[in-house]
Amino acid sequence: MTQIELSGVQKYFGAVQVIKDLNLKIDDNEFIVLLGQSGCGKTTTLRAIAGLETIDGGDILIDGKPVQHLKAADRDIAMVFQSFSLYPHMSVYENIAFPLRATRKSKAEIDQEVRSVAKTLQITDLLAKKPSALSGGDMQRVAIGRALVRRPKAMLMDEPIGALDAKLREEMRAEIKRLHIKQGSTSIYVTHDQIEAMSLADRIVIMHEGVLQQVGSPDDVYSHPANLFVAQFVGSPVMNVAEASVTEKASAASVTVGDAATGFEFPRALLSKLNGHAGGKLALGIRPEGVIVRHEAADGFLPVETQIVEPLGSFDIVDIKVGSRMLRARTKSGFVSGPGERVFARIDPAQAHFFDVASGRSLGVRL
Amino acid sequence: MAAVRTSSEIGFNRAAIVAVLVVTIIFLAPIYWIASTAFKPRNLATTIPPTVVFQPEISPFVKLFAKRSQLRSPPTPEEYAAAPWWERVVFNGGEKIVRDGKGEVQWSGYPSRFMNSLIVAITSTVLAVGMGTFTAYGFSRFRVKGEADLLFFILSTRMLPPVVVAIPMFLMYRAVGLNDSHLGLIILYTAFNLSFSVWLMKGFMDEIPKEYEEAALVDGYTRMEAFFKIVLPEAATGIAATAVFCFITAWNEYAFALIMTSRRAQTAPPFIPSQVGSGLPDWTVIAAGTFLFLLPVAIFTFLLRNHLLRGMSFGAIRK
Ligand SMILES: Nc1ncnc2c1ncn2[C@@H]1O[C@H](COP(=O)(O)OP(=O)(O)OP(=O)(O)O)[C@@H](O)[C@H]1O
Ligand SMILES: [Mg+2]
Repeated sequence: MTQIELSGVQKYFGAVQVIKDLNLKIDDNEFIVLLGQSGCGKTTTLRAIAGLETIDGGDILIDGKPVQHLKAADRDIAMVFQSFSLYPHMSVYENIAFPLRATRKSKAEIDQEVRSVAKTLQITDLLAKKPSALSGGDMQRVAIGRALVRRPKAMLMDEPIGALDAKLREEMRAEIKRLHIKQGSTSIYVTHDQIEAMSLADRIVIMHEGVLQQVGSPDDVYSHPANLFVAQFVGSPVMNVAEASVTEKASAASVTVGDAATGFEFPRALLSKLNGHAGGKLALGIRPEGVIVRHEAADGFLPVETQIVEPLGSFDIVDIKVGSRMLRARTKSGFVSGPGERVFARIDPAQAHFFDVASGRSLGVRL
Repeated sequence: MAAVRTSSEIGFNRAAIVAVLVVTIIFLAPIYWIASTAFKPRNLATTIPPTVVFQPEISPFVKLFAKRSQLRSPPTPEEYAAAPWWERVVFNGGEKIVRDGKGEVQWSGYPSRFMNSLIVAITSTVLAVGMGTFTAYGFSRFRVKGEADLLFFILSTRMLPPVVVAIPMFLMYRAVGLNDSHLGLIILYTAFNLSFSVWLMKGFMDEIPKEYEEAALVDGYTRMEAFFKIVLPEAATGIAATAVFCFITAWNEYAFALIMTSRRAQTAPPFIPSQVGSGLPDWTVIAAGTFLFLLPVAIFTFLLRNHLLRGMSFGAIRK
């Protein structure tokens, strides 16, 4: 039963502020993923919670009690480091037993607990080995075992599988999820890999340059990005973002991308939902699957020319030229033959996002 | 690496082996000279050209350890027959072993000088490496104000030849009564080695990922415990390498030992050559003393050789 709360946390390295007023409440048993680009302050946040880094402002509360003045050893939190940090001079058994030796447990108890954790992680036959003799995946299992064995209040994981190769990463991802469901402890997991985040998280916390951008379920951050950063950070291939102007046209609204001659047709409701922002500087965000391409002319479809075609196996990403702008559309593979083809495109209003260019914020338009 | 080697590579390899052999011979020649002289009969020690084939003798070592004096007249046959073998070899050289009133054999000056060397070198090495390790850890892990300046200052103590300060040191030591004392030499050697030890250990400490201790901190250990349980075992290689270098420096130090000590705390380096001056020098005895003096460093280095080799390539192979 562990809740963790960050309230107004600030952290400076010298004059550089790396965590800016971070507020976050993590529920018991929740699996939170901190997602962000390299250098955005994920590790620093994790280390602050663990007690390896002091904070310059705000509170870190564990079960309602401020812990920012407690030493790491007194916070009862376990951490898996990106580098695994298995002690090279100790066997796997000793590594896992090490956290228990800091407690007043008897030898027999320690032995029993080490073996039970080893069994859960299927590393019993590795117990006598030295870390240097292990494969990457096994090292990672041992590192998790060392973190689990103490039954800590919370588990912190800093890109625990970032160093593994792609296939192993997928396996370990599933295993971490399985373990979490089985053991159920409040977990904070740091990664810069959005697929990892999507597949593991109960809630994703997206950070950028030390500022929290959005907290929400994987579906939430994908379908309803709170701002331009999240919109372009989450999802692959990346969401198209283009400056756009919205005008009234007959019985509908028209969204013109950049300097294009004609606009895409949108339901009239857009005008009211934009709520007066229609005149301001707007950005249209549309994921490639929201750009619909067909060969024949049809109502609401604009004639466009294809540019680069990127075959990605199960689908193609086709660049189409709208005015001087490029929009990326997702098509069935082989749908267009190559560059220079004339096709017709439309934007699916239900998948369109509108952002205020000045603030970057989503205008929350859902059609 | 290519599995197939070209002929030029093979040629290069052979040249390298020859070069290594030549260098090895150059380095081993003086050691051979000392070792062989230490086992030569006295009359063969200074022949020209040098005698290479000879019947090895143990007499130089007997003479090294026992206090001797010149025989006025040869021993009587009874005396000679009653003497143990080690006394006979001294008789054979025209000398006799000095005994006290109770007939106890008197030791020469060498064993006590050797002991002094051991005491001073070991103690100062332990102190220098111990303090160096702690200091290096502090510099490596904590933000120390003026760290670069402090480290430079520490290194600067080695920037002038130590002998430059010999006279002032001698005067100061005399004033506080530290001359000709073990403590005095230990302090001196510790001070000399400390800067070296700090710098070397800092390099090794920097190589130990700080995540190891941080993992231990999170796992419920204090920093002190993390240092002893995690950092020290990881630093073993560095400590061994640093200890060897400090030990060699302290063991071989000559100038200060010569100036600062005379009897009680005199170490072997100033003692051995002092034997040259007394009467006709017996080079075999001097060689025997030098040979024994070489052994502790050789043994120490040999015991730590695995650590040393790893220490040499430390940092080069990781990352
Ligand atoms: N000890 C430190 N001293 C000074 N600056 C630091 C220190 N640790 C981190 N930083 C800086 O703080 C910022 C955030 O670092 P942090 O390690 O938290 O990023 P991250 O999100 O974990 O990135 P990555 O994905 O690369 O691990 C970076 O700009 C980094 O350079
Ligand atoms: Mg990081």
